[in-house]
Amino acid sequence: MSNQPKPDPSDAVYSQEVSAERPWSRILKRGQTLRIVDIEGQQAVDALLYCAEDPAERYSAQDTLRVQGSAYVELGTKLVSNKGRIMARITADTCGRHDTSAGCCSCESNAVRFGEPTKYQHACRENFILELSKYGMAKRDIVANLNFFMNVPIDPSGNFTVVDGISAGGNHVDITAEMDVIFVISNCPQVNNPCNGFNPTPVRVLVWDQPAV
Amino acid sequence: MVERTKAEISEANRRRYGELRAAGQEATPKALPQATALDGAPIAPQAVISREEVPPGWYDTVRLRRGEALRIVDTSGLSSVSVIGWCERDPSERLNCADTAKVQWSAALSKGRVILSDMGRVFLSLIEDTSGAHDLLVGGSTPASTLAAFGESARNTRDNFLAAASKLGLGLRDIPPCVSFFAPVSLDAAGRFVWNGARKRPGDFVDLRAEVDLVLVLSNCPHPLDPARPAAGGAVTLVRHRAPPAAADDPCRTTSPEIVRAFQFTDRLYA
Repeated sequence: MSNQPKPDPSDAVYSQEVSAERPWSRILKRGQTLRIVDIEGQQAVDALLYCAEDPAERYSAQDTLRVQGSAYVELGTKLVSNKGRIMARITADTCGRHDTSAGCCSCESNAVRFGEPTKYQHACRENFILELSKYGMAKRDIVANLNFFMNVPIDPSGNFTVVDGISAGGNHVDITAEMDVIFVISNCPQVNNPCNGFNPTPVRVLVWDQPAV
Repeated sequence: MVERTKAEISEANRRRYGELRAAGQEATPKALPQATALDGAPIAPQAVISREEVPPGWYDTVRLRRGEALRIVDTSGLSSVSVIGWCERDPSERLNCADTAKVQWSAALSKGRVILSDMGRVFLSLIEDTSGAHDLLVGGSTPASTLAAFGESARNTRDNFLAAASKLGLGLRDIPPCVSFFAPVSLDAAGRFVWNGARKRPGDFVDLRAEVDLVLVLSNCPHPLDPARPAAGGAVTLVRHRAPPAAADDPCRTTSPEIVRAFQFTDRLYA
């Protein structure tokens, strides 16, 4: 596993803190590397990728898992589009495991999972809808997303559980784009399950022009 | 009213999560009904609305009214059937594999389980199921997967979904991750996908009861993890029929507090 924090953060062309519970997006050019830093630890970061040239081509969780042959996103994972092309790769990872099967939280699924009052709590899908609207997209464009720093073990019997995050404060994951992509993040506001340690916190995003490795 | 501190709210939420998890992964599985026998659950002839044979490699689009059911029969035991669907009145509401697994605390579908939409509603109930051997995680075949497997392009689920969506005025943006029936995929301890071919039998079937008015697309293509391809594949039979009305103690509606709520929200559409 690549644990070296390279390239040097001082060389980043962009650095921004994303407040707890807020969305963020940016166009990553082919060859650029995005780093997401889990500043305080145990903070899930939901993410979607769209081909900048034609956003109908977008990240596909099922294609990514089929190509990889295993269920978790980790160092080396190729992020595959719904047209079978590699959009990006995980080029560094100090956390060790990320999810792409559990989707994002929504007001509607929260109401089902945790009771009707939780319908009126902010959720990732609200963030995604607002951020995607900047690119002319809408709810129909929200596909099964990546969940960086989120720990969702699936056991041989099929048990599927969001459990306490394994990400420590300062852990990071690097994603290197292999095509120009719209990279969209929701810094997850969920307070009803352990994906954020029941306490959403800020993350930092940095961009470099060169690949991380 | 005493204001609760952030820590107290976190602790209460953690406790509730632990209780829901225990119910979802310990009590619920014990309460699920037994698998349907291969010769069980015959459909009364007068309940049949229509039948269709879908040849290997092909797809069909089926509209189901709330309360109708679709039986999918893997007659040869060699097929897998990948399914997507939309709410008829608003196709931005669609089948959602992630919420289906998350809400039920399980990626394993079997009799008594349901398939959810992205809007917290139940699309389909598995009212009969002989195998409990289905896939929510890996998805169907694609141009790339068939090229890699066969060395040439072949009919595949992604192209089938695109063709079916296009005939409804929808497109690539509208195709969600799919459920694949008769696709016994599980994970080993390291998280690698495993194909359990022994869990497929000729004549396996599943009955899906529509809980909202739906449009389904069903693609009869070999699952990309099926090592038997390209020999795999036979026709599958689709039988649209009028399901018996759901009773108050219907197993699919009562498996957990989450599912009870999902049905409450679904029923409100028709209240």
